[in-house]
Amino acid sequence: MKRSKLFILTGALLVAAMLLAACPAAVPAEAPASDSAAEESAMADEVIEIEYWQYNFAARVDAMNQLIAQFEEANPNIKVVHNADIPYAEFRDKIAASVPAGVGPDVATLFYGWQSVWIDSGYLVPLPEDAFPPAMVAEKFSPMVQASFVEGTLYTLPTAVRALALFYNRDLMEAAGLDPDSPPATLDELRDQAVACTQRDDDGKLVVQGFVADPSAQDHHWFREVLVRQFGGVPYTDDYSEVLYNDEAGMQAWNYLLAFHTDLATGDRDLFDGSTNAFVGGHVCFHVDGSFRLGTIAKNSPEMNFGVAELPSHNGVKSTFGSYWTHGLTKKAAADQARFDAAVKFLQFITSADAGALWVDIVGELPAQLEAGSNPELLADEKLGAFAAGLEYSHATFFADESQQRQAIIDSFDMVVLTDEDPATALQIAADTDQEVLDDFWSSR
Amino acid sequence: MRLTLHQRQIIWAYIFMSVALVFFVVIRWYPTILAFNVSFRDWNVFEGSGPWVGLENYQEIWQDAGKPRSSVTAAFSNTVRYVLFGVPSQLVLALAIALLLAQIRRLSAVFRVAYFAPYVTSAVAVAFVWNWLYQPETGLINQGLDLVGLPQQPFTKSPAQALPSITAVAVWQNLGFAVIIFLAGIQQIPGHYYEAARIDGANAWQLFWRITLPLLNPIIVYLTVLGTISYLRLFALVQNMSPQGTGGPLKSTTTVVLEVYREGFSSYKMGYAGALTVLLFFLILLITIIQLRFFSRRVEY
Amino acid sequence: MATSAEIGTEGTLQIAEHFKPAQGGSRRRFGWTLLIAYLLLAIGGVCMVTPFFWMILTSVKPAPELVNFSFFPENPTLQNYLNVLNTSTFERWYLNSIIVAAISTTSVVFFDTLVGYTLNKFDFPGKNIIFIGMLGTLMIPTEMLIIPWFTMSVNWNWHIGYTQYWGIAFPGVITAAGIFLMRQFFDGVPNELLDAARMDGMNEFGIWWRIAAPLVKPAIAALAIFNFIGNWNAYLWPLILANSREFYTLPVGLSFFRGESTTHWEKIMTAASLASIPLLIVFLVFQRQIIRGIALTGLKG
Repeated sequence: MKRSKLFILTGALLVAAMLLAACPAAVPAEAPASDSAAEESAMADEVIEIEYWQYNFAARVDAMNQLIAQFEEANPNIKVVHNADIPYAEFRDKIAASVPAGVGPDVATLFYGWQSVWIDSGYLVPLPEDAFPPAMVAEKFSPMVQASFVEGTLYTLPTAVRALALFYNRDLMEAAGLDPDSPPATLDELRDQAVACTQRDDDGKLVVQGFVADPSAQDHHWFREVLVRQFGGVPYTDDYSEVLYNDEAGMQAWNYLLAFHTDLATGDRDLFDGSTNAFVGGHVCFHVDGSFRLGTIAKNSPEMNFGVAELPSHNGVKSTFGSYWTHGLTKKAAADQARFDAAVKFLQFITSADAGALWVDIVGELPAQLEAGSNPELLADEKLGAFAAGLEYSHATFFADESQQRQAIIDSFDMVVLTDEDPATALQIAADTDQEVLDDFWSSR
Repeated sequence: MRLTLHQRQIIWAYIFMSVALVFFVVIRWYPTILAFNVSFRDWNVFEGSGPWVGLENYQEIWQDAGKPRSSVTAAFSNTVRYVLFGVPSQLVLALAIALLLAQIRRLSAVFRVAYFAPYVTSAVAVAFVWNWLYQPETGLINQGLDLVGLPQQPFTKSPAQALPSITAVAVWQNLGFAVIIFLAGIQQIPGHYYEAARIDGANAWQLFWRITLPLLNPIIVYLTVLGTISYLRLFALVQNMSPQGTGGPLKSTTTVVLEVYREGFSSYKMGYAGALTVLLFFLILLITIIQLRFFSRRVEY
Repeated sequence: MATSAEIGTEGTLQIAEHFKPAQGGSRRRFGWTLLIAYLLLAIGGVCMVTPFFWMILTSVKPAPELVNFSFFPENPTLQNYLNVLNTSTFERWYLNSIIVAAISTTSVVFFDTLVGYTLNKFDFPGKNIIFIGMLGTLMIPTEMLIIPWFTMSVNWNWHIGYTQYWGIAFPGVITAAGIFLMRQFFDGVPNELLDAARMDGMNEFGIWWRIAAPLVKPAIAALAIFNFIGNWNAYLWPLILANSREFYTLPVGLSFFRGESTTHWEKIMTAASLASIPLLIVFLVFQRQIIRGIALTGLKG
């Protein structure tokens, strides 16, 4: 009767599991605890509880916990519930599900590229002008934060921002006879040094890649906001309602980017799972990436001998792409005046210059306020300095739908590389697709 | 009042199904009807509700399908290709493996665990592992090809090979499921059928066609119908394996459910996502009913 | 088939005897066919386990080795395991997964078997509609049901405290796929057996519980294991429902190792390896139920 034993065994396992489930239930749960806390506070002085959500990233959670502790000390009648138990990839899904159910954050952190869709649906409410005067934002914050205004109304503000810079592998440069102390300062130098740094074995296989054009990493941003401007164009009209990169300047920028893959063949994004991983693995000389990549390198390639320089200029034009995770107030907060006031206070606190300074120390992201960002110590930082220097000439694309607009560039790059499409036709297709997304957004407003 | 046997049977049937019926109506059908309702609305997720727009979402899908390089067209045609590649290979391989496993005694537990291991592996791990296997130059498969002097293949990096490559992973992962179901089915075949047939002088091939296959018919129906449904709903694997999870390169691997997810949770266009869902629902329903009709010829033992 | 003997009438016993599955066959001599069977199974088995094996190899690599995609670790280490096990809530995620999978599997085994039986063995008005209606719930991508489910859960307070376990489990406590599976397997149970029990005055529930269900034990075992695994690996819904990391299941917890710019693949592989081990144990336990002593004497020719 071996099999009946096995059935009994599994049955017993299941029952044991059920008991385990029931067991902790006997212990008082957390929910009642917070209930009683709320009651107590109601007795003392009207304490207002607001909820703040961000995605899970240890350093950000840590930084925000410190900020919340400081804030609650200064404002004893406000309690901030911090929910950061949400994986990065599903942050949007979790928020989306919470809204129809009537739960969710009063203050939410979101990628600035998502703003338009969130605003469009009325989920985010405008920031009150008396608490956040537009003139103050224009004066004190990095210019890229202008992307938080939609038709003149400010909706969100960040604590910290990011910019792109040029990462270079010093050892590989030296091995190729290049001077690691003078990394490429112009686009021409980048091209020449990338060619010089590339090495192939006898079968023609890439051993060292000079530069890998990979629009699915950061190169789509680099193309739009940096290369197009450097070749004398502008990517979009000032209000980001019309695509302009499909002109002569855009074509030159496009060809410059494509050449790394096609004519110069300094790299292949298919190797090592893309340019970022290949650079971190020590197979690539030059790589355009954001400040957030420093953490990846520290973890996966702690031994790597690398440097970070400002993005190469061209025709005397300097530019970089800026982006940021920003904080907005939701319609849930707006439904209750007292909660809304508390949320405004909290938002003012976490977007202050001091908060930005704390943030850069813990998270390594650049402060959004120029005052903290132009700190000489920060500018002199070996690794962060190049990013900080870029803040004053950074541009953040205003996205109507970030993922679709990015996909347009990636698809056009793929058309050229994978299906031998004519580069000019491919660029036009990207522009048309992009324009359609923009039209869709602006026509619905 | 005396009930006839048949009447009593009807009452018993409904008693047996009562809990399940309540469950399906409340937990499954009610939300489904909501999704159908959403497909007739201009509904952004964050709004909680939206105005009734009739067939506008469907018209938009129709228009989008007519555009060059349309995601919708790619999604539907890819989805059908996943089914056509995936379901037959999964069935045939699983049946072959189950029959082989049924032959052996020694080490059989080891082999069963081996064939079952992929099924217990979590989705992110599967995607990571196969992404490496398919890597150019450094990946195991391409190194193997190099070793025997065959040219390297781009696999998921090429629009032509990406879909079959992902289908192969789906088959790999689900094979264990089909093998076990087949084994359970083979287990149920009464042994004396074979003995009787062998006395009549049937050879192995005839035994397979005359006894095993017909008696496995209910199992084959089940695996075909369910396999088809699961390939028609393919999503997580494509999301985990295609570049940036967007069904590329050049939309060559995108599926209907992936588009539903992108429209609904990335662009927040729930109405459009709902309309795609309804279309997919009727596509699956149609195919399922055809399959059930086709297979419903009762087999006489 | 001890249970069928309880009926006590001679006719039933005879039928039960006929229903006995194929037995024996291992007494055959070691022959060429068997060798080929082993060879084919071995080749296939290697293909099946290589990716799984690489997952485990990756879990013993230090992080810097991951970017190089090599097969074997250069400096194997158990540090990843220590790191993962020291993640504050890891044991809790494990426990949560067991609880949720156990709740769901217990319920599924009972209800799916009962409803599958009803749909196969009873004749009642609306049978086909109900069957298609249940299957229809498989034709909607779960992604579209998540928002209504979550709204329901909030209304009924299933999203806070320990009721979250129920909240995570409830959409899967009865499954259409399982009902369909059992309906197919009950096809192989002879109606004569059930009728004989009816003649003896056994009630319908007793007939199902004591006669019919024991005859499809292999299928029930398969249902249990597949349901357990399905719940164990469920991702999106547990993520949406659970309101804090204390209530996350393993796959949701795993996603904490995935960041915006840095993914801790070595930790994901470690956690995924740890997650699959209990499933393989559960499988080992159940597979004997599923495939007890099968060996197709007939097919060896």
